[in-house]
Amino acid sequence: MNYNWNWRILLETEPGGTGSYLHYLIVGLGWTLATALAAWVIALLIGAFVGTIRTTTMRWAVRAGNLYVEIFRNIPLIVQMFLWFFVFPEFLPTALGDWIKQMPPPWGSYVPAVMCLGIFTSVRVAEQVRAGINSLPRGQRFAGTAMGLTQFQTYRYVVLPQAFRIILPPLTSESMNIIKNSSVALTIGLLELTGRARAMQEFSFKVFEAFTAATVIYLLTNLVVVLLMRALEHKVRVPGLIAAGGAAQAGH
Amino acid sequence: MEGFDFDVIERSLGYLFREGMTFTVTLTLIAMTGGIVFGTLLAMMRLSSFRPLSMLAGAYVDLMRSIPLVLVIFWFFFLVPYIGAWILREANPIKVGAFYSAAITFTMFEAAYYCEIMRAGIQSIARGQVWSGYALGLNYWQTMGYIVLPQAFRNMVPVLLTQTIILFQDTSLVYVISATDFLGAAAKVANRDYRLVEMYSFVAVVYFVISYSMSLVVKRLQDRIAIIR
Repeated sequence: MNYNWNWRILLETEPGGTGSYLHYLIVGLGWTLATALAAWVIALLIGAFVGTIRTTTMRWAVRAGNLYVEIFRNIPLIVQMFLWFFVFPEFLPTALGDWIKQMPPPWGSYVPAVMCLGIFTSVRVAEQVRAGINSLPRGQRFAGTAMGLTQFQTYRYVVLPQAFRIILPPLTSESMNIIKNSSVALTIGLLELTGRARAMQEFSFKVFEAFTAATVIYLLTNLVVVLLMRALEHKVRVPGLIAAGGAAQAGH
Repeated sequence: MEGFDFDVIERSLGYLFREGMTFTVTLTLIAMTGGIVFGTLLAMMRLSSFRPLSMLAGAYVDLMRSIPLVLVIFWFFFLVPYIGAWILREANPIKVGAFYSAAITFTMFEAAYYCEIMRAGIQSIARGQVWSGYALGLNYWQTMGYIVLPQAFRNMVPVLLTQTIILFQDTSLVYVISATDFLGAAAKVANRDYRLVEMYSFVAVVYFVISYSMSLVVKRLQDRIAIIR
């Protein structure tokens, strides 16, 4: 292949003058993680709530939960990004909408990106939570009822503590997905890792150095996430249960 | 929100579906076919008892699954012209259109995901099936082709189709290389006529209707397969 590699480009100053290209990419990783972490909080909160109500006996709650899941699962992530960024502010009262649109960069892209990713991922968390709850033996619930607990108490003290520990392995892969998916935020102008690799390629014309560097940074990040989650899994493992192996699943 | 302009959608319907949706659907079908063929080969490599082969396939699948699709799209968009020049022995990178670039990208990327599905499918087949194949004097390819893969494929059809629905949605990311898929076509109209709200809402509705109906079909299929088992 006729391509002149020049790895030293990583140490050269980027046009913005904030530091070397490598530093520029690392700041991008910071934005990737900041987006993913904030979105992960939203995803866990909403996902746990929606997933739980879908297993209750309240029929309207189950329906509302199903509707929520189907809507956000069947629209591509990038389209949801555009909805949050371009469409959503138009449906708010004018003053609030204008305030959102005039947020200084990068917050003007960061906030919609976090909302979008959080809700997109909450659907997948909700599916895992529901599956986790349904995988518990029915006897657990009966035992709660037999002890005179209300439905809320049964969930709070018997069902949820077990379910959350069972679904930790699938949540690991979701937390890696949310990091990867945050790259879609570059389409609404957030300069996270992939966006900065692309910008570096445009400034320096060093395509493959830029993308290789970004790829390596993503791989290292994944490794750290896997190790952290494995430590967490080990800590909260339910004694006596065989480690839950995931079934074959579709993903992206 | 007053003055939602339905007219702009109606005016551009022809363009959106003839240009955009055709691109999206063609890309989805090509990547699905290529991805499943490639993914099955990768799965067979991963399950091979020859270590270097299984490690190679494993490394490829893990690499693809650890980096964002957007980055993979950029990678191939710039890499394919160089590979093309290398294969054709040209001195300079060849020109590759957005469609071919996207088709190669999605085939290679989805192969990693289809591989994991097919691997689970192959592993779900009872060992005795393979042994009886060998006992009948079939070789590896015959055992795979006539006994293992047909069963694995059949068991995994619902998951493969679910993955295809995700693929269908993910093809919208070709927006980042300015291809005219369904979203790209809508974005072009939206920016030309300054009708972003209308166009993006419409795109969301169309994607929802198609993906949701497909997922209902998959669910029915899954129930039917579950009963027979």
